[in-house]
Amino acid sequence: MIDWTPFWLSFKLAGVTTVILLLIGIPLAWWLSRTKTAIKPILETIVALPIVLPPTVIGFYILWALAPDSYLGSILHELFGIKLVFSFWGIVVGSVIYSLPFMVQPLQSGFESVPKSLYEASFIAGKGELETLVRVILPNIKGALATAVIITFAHTLGEFGVVLMVGGSIPGETKVASIAIYELVESLDFRRAHIYSLVMVAISFAILLAVYSIKRRDDAKS
Amino acid sequence: MLRARVKKRLKSFDLEFSLEIGAGEFVMLTGPSGSGKTTLLRILAGLERGEGVVEVDGQIWQDRSRFLPPQRRGVSFVFQDYALFPNMSVLQNLLYVQKDRSLAMELLEMVDLVEYQDRYPHTLSGGQKQRVALARAMMKRPRLMLLDEPLSALDPKSRSYLQGKIQELHEAFGVATLMVSHDIAEIYRLGERIFRMERGSLTPLGKNRLVQSQIYKAEVVDLVDGGILVGFMGGIYQIATQKSYRIGQIVDVRIEELALGV
Repeated sequence: MIDWTPFWLSFKLAGVTTVILLLIGIPLAWWLSRTKTAIKPILETIVALPIVLPPTVIGFYILWALAPDSYLGSILHELFGIKLVFSFWGIVVGSVIYSLPFMVQPLQSGFESVPKSLYEASFIAGKGELETLVRVILPNIKGALATAVIITFAHTLGEFGVVLMVGGSIPGETKVASIAIYELVESLDFRRAHIYSLVMVAISFAILLAVYSIKRRDDAKS
Repeated sequence: MLRARVKKRLKSFDLEFSLEIGAGEFVMLTGPSGSGKTTLLRILAGLERGEGVVEVDGQIWQDRSRFLPPQRRGVSFVFQDYALFPNMSVLQNLLYVQKDRSLAMELLEMVDLVEYQDRYPHTLSGGQKQRVALARAMMKRPRLMLLDEPLSALDPKSRSYLQGKIQELHEAFGVATLMVSHDIAEIYRLGERIFRMERGSLTPLGKNRLVQSQIYKAEVVDLVDGGILVGFMGGIYQIATQKSYRIGQIVDVRIEELALGV
């Protein structure tokens, strides 16, 4: 009765996006927290833009950039045979951009909350930036790391506009839970829309509860 | 050993100093806050940049064309806030610098922390934390040890005890040491030579003419629980004693007995 494919797709999209964003977000947040460049405010603004932009705007630009007749899209297609629009990896690209601030911002403020002397003590101990990051800094911002991962995952789960613009609604490929619900409502299938929606509410509740529990545990420790 | 001649533009004045420290020497640096003492230490450590030359045992740490990062300078730095790694135990903090277990145990022995080796920093008192930081600083077998007001957050008793530990480590490793302090008893107890920094310029106050273990005269100014307060060299210091004294009496003191007054 319930087709779980859209939920599975939502989770797959959120999981893949979170892993990619961890790989991009940690170095980016690290660099932003340590740089003294004058253009830092501009870079921080660009990172934060997806929070305020309508998802349709992001979706539109991605569609425009990746379309087979666009510059980037044609290169990808001709050189690697990749077609990103209306495909799973296309919505991954969209999600990575859309959820970027949710990964970078908590990590950056986590890095900035670590006392400067801890970085310096590690450098004095003879360790480089990478070893300092892995062995000293990341273990001391576990709360921020967990928050970044969970919020990024949750935010991607709740995505609608960007996915719809870039991926459309291809069952098993781009039709994630939020889009499935939209279509159920459009076709007046309120019973199933209710069930789907309730599942999303439950999942989102559980995820946010995890975040606030971690926060509380961290606050109690410090 | 160390020869430095450095200039740096600070917000309201220029920091400009030339400093030489001999092998195994203990030099004290004092002066008002905001006068550039910490910046001087940070430049020597490579944590901050300044123009000029820093040379240690013939090795150039920085000059016009070169700048060795802190990782490649044989320098240790002890911070006022201890800067212990919270995710590591006491022993792991030491081993992070160098995987030399026997040296680590030897150092923990010296600072009386062997039984604390598996504890984490947040379970330690301020004095214990600073002992860990001192031991950790020695793991590198540094050529130059820099201490930036390491004891100013501690109570007089642990302060006096830690002064003894700093002296011991300094002697055991024969490391040239530069320490910032505001406390006269501390300065005279530890320093062989003393410098004063004011608005970015360094004035030598000369050799410490007070000698450890030698007897000096001081006046009893107050009686407190478990000891007396004496006036000495313009400061008020506490001496722990069980004997009874009266105010105004002249007593024999040794500088290593003097603790910060309460």
